[in-house]
Amino acid sequence: MLRIDCPFCGTRDHSEFSYGGDGSVTYPALDAPMQDWHDAVFLRENICGRQVETWHHVHGCRMWLMVERDTMTHEIFSTRPAHPGLASALEAAE
Amino acid sequence: MTARRLDKGGRIDRTRPVNFRWDGLTYRGYAGDTLASALMASGQTVLGRSFKYHRPRGIMSAGVEESGAIVSVGADARHEPNVKATMQELYDGLEAKGQNAWPNVRFDLGAVNGLFGRFFSAGFYYKTFMGLPPFEWGRGTGLWMQYEKLIRKAAGMGRASRAPDPDCYDHAHAFCDILVVGSGPAGLNAALTAAEAGRDVMLVEQDFELGGDYLNDPAAEADRAALVAAVERAGIRILTRTTAFGLYDGGVAGLVERVTDHLAAPDPHLPRQRFWTVRAGATVLATGALERSIAFANNDRPGVMTALAARSYLNRFGILPGQRIVIATTNDSAYGVAGDFAAAGAEVVLADARSDAASAPEGVSLRPGLAPLAVLGRRGVEGVRLAARSGAGWSEAAREDCDLLLVSGGWSPVVNLSSHRGAKPVWNAGLACFLAGPTEEPIHMAGSTDGVWNRDDCAASGVAAARRAMGEVAEAPAPGGWAHPIQPVYEVRLPGSKVKAFVDPQHDVTGDDVRLAHQEGFVSVEHLKRYTTLGMATDQGKMGNVIGLALMAEALGCEVPAVGTTRFRPPYTPVAIGALAGRNVAGHFKPLRRTPLHDWNLRHGATMTEAGLWQRTWYFARTRETIAEAYIREATTVRETVGICDVSSLGKIAVQGPDAAEFLNRVYTNAFSRLPVGRARYGIMLRDDGIVMDDGTTWRLGEADFLMTTTTTNAGKVMVWLEELLQTRWPDLRVHVTSVTDRWAGVSVAGPKAREAIAVCLDEGIDISNDALPFMGVAPVSLKGGVKGLIARISFSGELAYELYVPADQGEAMMDLLWPAAERLGGCLYGLEALGALRIEKGHVTGAELDGRMTIDDAGLGKMASTKKAFIGAALRQRPDLTRADRPRLVGIFPKDRRQSFNGGALLCATGKVAGFGDGWITAVTHSPALGHWIGLGYIAGGHEAWAGKAVTAADPVRRGNVEVEIVSPHMFDPEGVRMHG
Repeated sequence: MLRIDCPFCGTRDHSEFSYGGDGSVTYPALDAPMQDWHDAVFLRENICGRQVETWHHVHGCRMWLMVERDTMTHEIFSTRPAHPGLASALEAAE
Repeated sequence: MTARRLDKGGRIDRTRPVNFRWDGLTYRGYAGDTLASALMASGQTVLGRSFKYHRPRGIMSAGVEESGAIVSVGADARHEPNVKATMQELYDGLEAKGQNAWPNVRFDLGAVNGLFGRFFSAGFYYKTFMGLPPFEWGRGTGLWMQYEKLIRKAAGMGRASRAPDPDCYDHAHAFCDILVVGSGPAGLNAALTAAEAGRDVMLVEQDFELGGDYLNDPAAEADRAALVAAVERAGIRILTRTTAFGLYDGGVAGLVERVTDHLAAPDPHLPRQRFWTVRAGATVLATGALERSIAFANNDRPGVMTALAARSYLNRFGILPGQRIVIATTNDSAYGVAGDFAAAGAEVVLADARSDAASAPEGVSLRPGLAPLAVLGRRGVEGVRLAARSGAGWSEAAREDCDLLLVSGGWSPVVNLSSHRGAKPVWNAGLACFLAGPTEEPIHMAGSTDGVWNRDDCAASGVAAARRAMGEVAEAPAPGGWAHPIQPVYEVRLPGSKVKAFVDPQHDVTGDDVRLAHQEGFVSVEHLKRYTTLGMATDQGKMGNVIGLALMAEALGCEVPAVGTTRFRPPYTPVAIGALAGRNVAGHFKPLRRTPLHDWNLRHGATMTEAGLWQRTWYFARTRETIAEAYIREATTVRETVGICDVSSLGKIAVQGPDAAEFLNRVYTNAFSRLPVGRARYGIMLRDDGIVMDDGTTWRLGEADFLMTTTTTNAGKVMVWLEELLQTRWPDLRVHVTSVTDRWAGVSVAGPKAREAIAVCLDEGIDISNDALPFMGVAPVSLKGGVKGLIARISFSGELAYELYVPADQGEAMMDLLWPAAERLGGCLYGLEALGALRIEKGHVTGAELDGRMTIDDAGLGKMASTKKAFIGAALRQRPDLTRADRPRLVGIFPKDRRQSFNGGALLCATGKVAGFGDGWITAVTHSPALGHWIGLGYIAGGHEAWAGKAVTAADPVRRGNVEVEIVSPHMFDPEGVRMHG
C-alpha cells in the first residue's frame, strides 16, 4: 500500500508503478569482463533498512524513478528521476 | 431457555413485522431484529451443530464473536454458508438454514460423534488414519488422501454455492484525516472531537446502528441520540454496516460495506458489497472489547451465553431470554446485567467467583465465591452445578435450577487491528486482558479497546485519542474502572474429571485438547494453535484465545505473558471473495485488445483466439470445414498463391533521435548502425544474463527514425526495457521511444502472388518490383483512394511476402482493396493456425521456442550475435553453462512413420531410454501441407547433428503414448530461402 511521490505526476498509489530493482547497481560497460557483469546482475545485498531502488511509473508518465525506501517499514524518504539530467533539471527549477 | 418477546422496550419496531424462513418454516420478527434475536424470540434454541462432535449449539453472543448460531443464508446461487445469525439483519423473505447437520440441526445423526468424543481429541484423525497399519506401512500417505475426503464430509462448516455469484461488488477508494473505527461512547466522541477541530473524519461501524454499547442501555439513549445527531451535523462521513477488517502500510484500512445484505429487494443497480481502501492520516480504534466465557463442563449448551449478549437481547431487542437466570461472573460488569434482568422480572442468581464482591443490585440473589462447574440438561439449560475454590482447585458447592446461564469470564479488548500493524499485544495482569502494544504508527486506542471499562471514561478516552490523532498531547483515562478488581477464572473443573469444557466452541477445542497439545510437546503458542485449531477460521481467537493461553500457561507452570499470543491477521471478520474481486471478473478480469481489423475479420468469417490480451484471427473456416481442414487449406494457399493475415497486434515502437542507431546497436545482438535508410533487419535482443528476450524486425525510415517491431506478447516488456536503458543506464543517448502499436493496422501478404495482389492496389507509379523493393526493403506507399502507409518486404512464412501498415482507422479501407485483389488470384485470408504451420515448416522461432530459458545459440541463431561490437547480454551469454556442447538446440522433428502424428510438449528420449527428463522436448507441432506429413519443432541436447541416424522416441505417456521420431534440421522447407527472395 505504498504511495510514491512521482516528481512528474504527484503522489500516486503504488499500483500505478512497477518495481524495477536495486538502484545502487552501476552496470559495467557492455564490453566489460564477464565477472563484472556477473557481479552486477546476480549479486544483491538483502538490506533490512534504507535502500535505493528503481520504480517505473508504468501506468503514469512512464518515467523511471529512484526511490529511497525502508524495506522494513516501507517508509519512503525520497523520490527522484532516475535520469540524472532530468533530476538536476528538476532541482534547478525548484 | 424459555425466551419470550416483551411487550415493550428495545429498539425494534413492533409496527413493522418481518416474515422470514428458518429450515423451511415461516417465522416472524420485527424491523430492527437480527436473525439471532428473531429466532430467539420465536423460541428456537438449537441453531447449529458443532464442527467435530455435532453438539447442539445455540446463540452464545450478540455480535461478531458468535460461535454457536452459525447458519446458511439465502437460496440457490445466493446461498451463503457460515453466516453469524447475530450479525445478519432481518429482512422480509430472508431464508436461513441450519448447517453441518443431517437431517437438521435439531435432530442430527452426526451427533453420534459425540459418543466417541474421547477418541476425537486434537490430532485424532491424523494420528489414526495417516499411515494406517497395515495398509500404509512404508507407503507414504496415499490412503490418507482417500480417508481425508470422507473425514472432511463429516466435519466442518456449511457448503458454499457452486453457482457463479450473481451479485456485483464495487471497489471504492477514500481519503480522510482521521478514520474512527467503532461508534460506541469512545468512537462517537473521538469522531466529533476531530470533526469539530476541522478534520476530515470517516466513522466506520460494523453494526447497522451507531452507538455501540449505548444500544444496550435504554438509560443512555438520550446521550446516544445527542451524540449521533452532533456527529451527523459535523459533516463526518459515516459508514454503517461496514467492517474495518484490516490495517495495512501507509495508513491504509480495508473496509467492507454490506450495501444490500439487509434488503429484501435491493435496487439491481446497487452492488451487494463495497470494498473500500481508505487512506487515513491517523486512525482511532474504538473497536470495543469482547466478553469471554469460562471453560466448564457443557459450557456450550444452548442457553449459555455471555452476560453482555443477554443484556443486548433484553435491552436492544426486547426479549427476555430466560426466566430463571444464573449469572456467573469474575468481574463487576455483570452486576448491571443482573440488575437489568431483575428489573425485567426474571429470577436472578449472581454467582461471583470473588468472595469479596460488591453488594448485589436490588432483587438479585448474590452467591459470592462460586463459579460454574457444569451445565445440567442436554439440549438446553436445566440447571448449573457451582463450585467453590478448594486449595488450588475447585470442589462442588451448590446447584441451581435455571433455564439460562450467563457468563462473564472477563473482557478482551479488540486489539486485532493494531496487531495487524505489528503492535504486539501486551498482557495486563490487573485487568486480565491483552492491551495493544506500542506502535510508532499514527494508530490510537480509545475506550474499552484500551481497557477502559467505565462509560464516562470511555468518552473521555475517545476525546483524548482524537486529540492525539491530531498531534496534540492529551491525557487519556487509565485502563480499568471497576470498583473491585477482576479475579480471572479460565477453567473450572474437578480434579481428574473427564468432561467437555470448551475453550473454542467454534472448533470444538476443549481444555483437555490444550493439555494434550502440551503433553505432546506443542508448547509454542503458534504450535498450539495449529495442533488444536484453537482460534482458527472465522473465529480468529475472539472467544477462546485468552482461555487457551491461560490453560497453556498453567500447564507450563508460567504466566500468560510467557506463553505469548499469536499475531492477529486480517481479516477481522470474513470477507467475501467477490468483494475482493470487485468488478474484475469475467470480461473485466483483464483488458481486451482488438486489432483495427477485428470487425472486418469477423465479417469475413474469422474465428478468433486469445494471444495474450489480444484477440487474433485463428482460422477462416469455410462451410463445414474443421479447424484442421481450414488451416491446412490456408497454409497451402499461401504456398501456392497468396494469403492475407492480420498482424496488427505485433508490438511497434518508434525509436527516434540522433543516437537511435547507436542505441539499437547496443540493444540488438547484430549491427544496426550501418543499416541503410529504407531497409529492415531482423534482430534479436538478449537480457543482461545472456538469455534471449525478444525478436523482431526494425525498419530504418530515416537517419534518426526507426520503427521497431516486437512479438505480440513481449511488446510491453520490450518497451519498459528500452525506457529503463535510456533513463537509467545510458542517459547520454539522445533517443526517444514511443509505443505506436495501436497507431497502425498491419497485414502480412504472403505467397508467390503477393506482389501481384498488392501492386493492383497501389497508386499509379509506385514500384514494388524486386529491384525497387528487394528482400528486407522498406518504403512509404500510397494505396488507391488516398490511403498512405508503409510497406516492408519481410517474410515469416518463407514465401515472397510483404507487411503493409496503414493508419489504424484506414485499416478496413486497405482490406477492402487488398482482399478482392487477392481473392481474384485464388488467395485466402489466414489466421494464427496457418501462420504457425508455415513458420514451423521454416523453423522460425516464436514464444514457444524463446521461452526465457534459451540462448541465441540454443535457438540456432548464434551467427546473429556480432563479434565486432558489444551488446546487452554479450558478456553473460558466454557463461560456461550456456556454452556447453550438450545444450539443447533447436531441431526439426519428423515421425518415423510419416503417417503418424505426435504432440507438442512430449519429451524427446533416446529410444529404449524413456526416463527422467529425457534429452529434449517438443515445442510446436503441425501438419505440414508442404511436406505432406506431421512435423514439429523442439530442442534436443546437442542438436540434430548429434542425433543424425539415431532412434528417438517422442515420449508422451499420459496422452497418446510414445511415437518414434527422427531428428532433422529445423529448416524443414525451402532451407535455402529461394521462395522468399524470389
